[in-house]
Amino acid sequence: MERTWNNKAWFMVLPVLLLVAFSAVIPLMTVVNYSVQDTFGNNQFFWAGTDWFTEILHSDRFWAALGRNLLFSAIILTIEIPLGILIALNMPKKGLGVPVCLVLMSLPLLIPWNVVGTIWQVFGRVDIGLLGFTLKALGFDYNYVNDVFDAWVTLIVMDVWHWTSLVVLLCYAGLVSIPEAYYQAAKIDGASRWAVFRHIQLPKMKRVLLIAFLLRFMDSFMIYTEPFVVTGGGPGNSTTFLSIDLVKMAIGQFDLGPAAAMSIIYFLIILLLSWIFYTVMTSSDDQA
Amino acid sequence: MARINLEHIRHAYGERPKSEDDYALKEVHHEWNDGGAYALLGPSGCGKTTLLNIISGLLQPSEGRILFDGRDVTELSTQQRNIAQVFQFPVIYDTMTVYDNLAFPLRNRHVPEAEVDRRVRETIDMIGLSGWADRKARRLTADQKQKISLGRGLVRNDVNAILFDEPLTVIDPHMKWVLRSQLKKLHRQFGFTMVYVTHDQTEALTFADKVVVMYDGQIVQIGTPAELFERPSHTFVGYFIGSPGMNLLPARIDGSTVSLGTDAITLDYQPKVAAGARTELGIRPEFIRLGREGMHVHVKKVEDIGRQKIVRAEFAGKSIAIVVPEDGEIPAEPRITFDPSAINIYADSWRVGREA
Repeated sequence: MERTWNNKAWFMVLPVLLLVAFSAVIPLMTVVNYSVQDTFGNNQFFWAGTDWFTEILHSDRFWAALGRNLLFSAIILTIEIPLGILIALNMPKKGLGVPVCLVLMSLPLLIPWNVVGTIWQVFGRVDIGLLGFTLKALGFDYNYVNDVFDAWVTLIVMDVWHWTSLVVLLCYAGLVSIPEAYYQAAKIDGASRWAVFRHIQLPKMKRVLLIAFLLRFMDSFMIYTEPFVVTGGGPGNSTTFLSIDLVKMAIGQFDLGPAAAMSIIYFLIILLLSWIFYTVMTSSDDQA
Repeated sequence: MARINLEHIRHAYGERPKSEDDYALKEVHHEWNDGGAYALLGPSGCGKTTLLNIISGLLQPSEGRILFDGRDVTELSTQQRNIAQVFQFPVIYDTMTVYDNLAFPLRNRHVPEAEVDRRVRETIDMIGLSGWADRKARRLTADQKQKISLGRGLVRNDVNAILFDEPLTVIDPHMKWVLRSQLKKLHRQFGFTMVYVTHDQTEALTFADKVVVMYDGQIVQIGTPAELFERPSHTFVGYFIGSPGMNLLPARIDGSTVSLGTDAITLDYQPKVAAGARTELGIRPEFIRLGREGMHVHVKKVEDIGRQKIVRAEFAGKSIAIVVPEDGEIPAEPRITFDPSAINIYADSWRVGREA
């Protein structure tokens, strides 16, 4: 059979190429462009080389923000993962309770992030907020605007409220996929409640837990909207995470060069994490 | 080891059963002897597994009591009843090695480690996984996994009973024979009370001393393989056991005379049949002689299955099967006779014997 050769197929991939180019490649290149130049306005640019990168990597401000990011992720993970497992274990497996629980669990996930921030911003206010006012009335010295500790607690509680559901839903999906025979066999074998969890439920949840862990880590590492709405990075710089710092630098101070360099470093960190995510996921596939 | 009494057990999966049809298990009243090897045989959905789970305590019966050696255990948990059970599909603990999987039921019961080691090694040899003790169980094939499940059932030697729920479904045919004869040997050696659920008659008949045939939520007959074969007490047993199953012919009974269409047979006894009952004559294909004497029959098809031939024929308006030896001839004008001692009479599906 005679073959006809033509390049029409390339037109088929053109839309996606354009989409990726305009949504990712060109903006990224713009940032790269800023990161190696300096400007004093007037659209005049001077070559700056790697100066901005050196400056960022030597600035305490950057490392402090990165540290806050990692601390925040660590805290919310140590709360959300065990709490999520605990709730999933106690959710009903059949009957009317199942849809009720699932809907209740999904509710926080359906609220837009800035709305979540606003809810907690108002909720925690000591003058009109239900939580803040109540705590104050009960004699607690709570004020997330002035107190660093209170600000952190508020952000952490908010994140736990917002995202534990995700862990719960993932774990629940893992749990309901365990055949009844496993539980029956465990009863026959005289396994304790803990042994059932340790040797049946946890191994079967391993994959979804890994997904939950990585998703929550990446998400919390990139957190912006909620702390921006609630604390705006304060008091002082105490809740200024990388993303908030970046916006401050780029739009607040209009330091385009350092902000661009910081974006790229931030981007590389996320890229590294994504790579780890991908590697861990695919290697656990091989084991299964 | 224990004698197990089931007293008027009934079970319905739904709450508040209204009619007899709502019961998955209809009235089971039976004693399982200490050290007996029983097979629970029946088609899918007849209540075998339900009954097994009631014995092991995974399921609470809606009504009735269960006694182990005369002690009421109805309210006791599976753990307290001290029963081993092997399920249809392999259940293994992924995170553990083969060795630890087998040790698990013992360690949970705080058996001393030296004793655990002795029994686990013994069981591993028995199921033929000696070289695999330190492997992670997750990597094994399905039938190796099922052997581990079997092993976990056999590793405890103080159990009241061992229950098997179609344990060899996933095992390949050759290994089935090996494992089944090992179970049989084990039973002879240690005298466990064993209940073996299956829908495979060969499995049931080779494993058990007593076969319990279940149909539609009730026990229809309990007997030795020979009894089930020769005197099926319910038409279902006749049909389910044997290959091909028993021939059933609508019959009119008048004293000791049985009329089949235009033909009649005289029995040497008078079956006691209630007036108005639907009566049938049952005869196994093996006990019909095909020759030049007797009742007319119309041969439709002959299947040669090696050592013997199965003749499909039409008799008195019904199709019947006849087993003929390999070298047996099929005359041009075939006639049949029934072995009188192998004739069973049924009224409304239940056997009416000489003794009734």
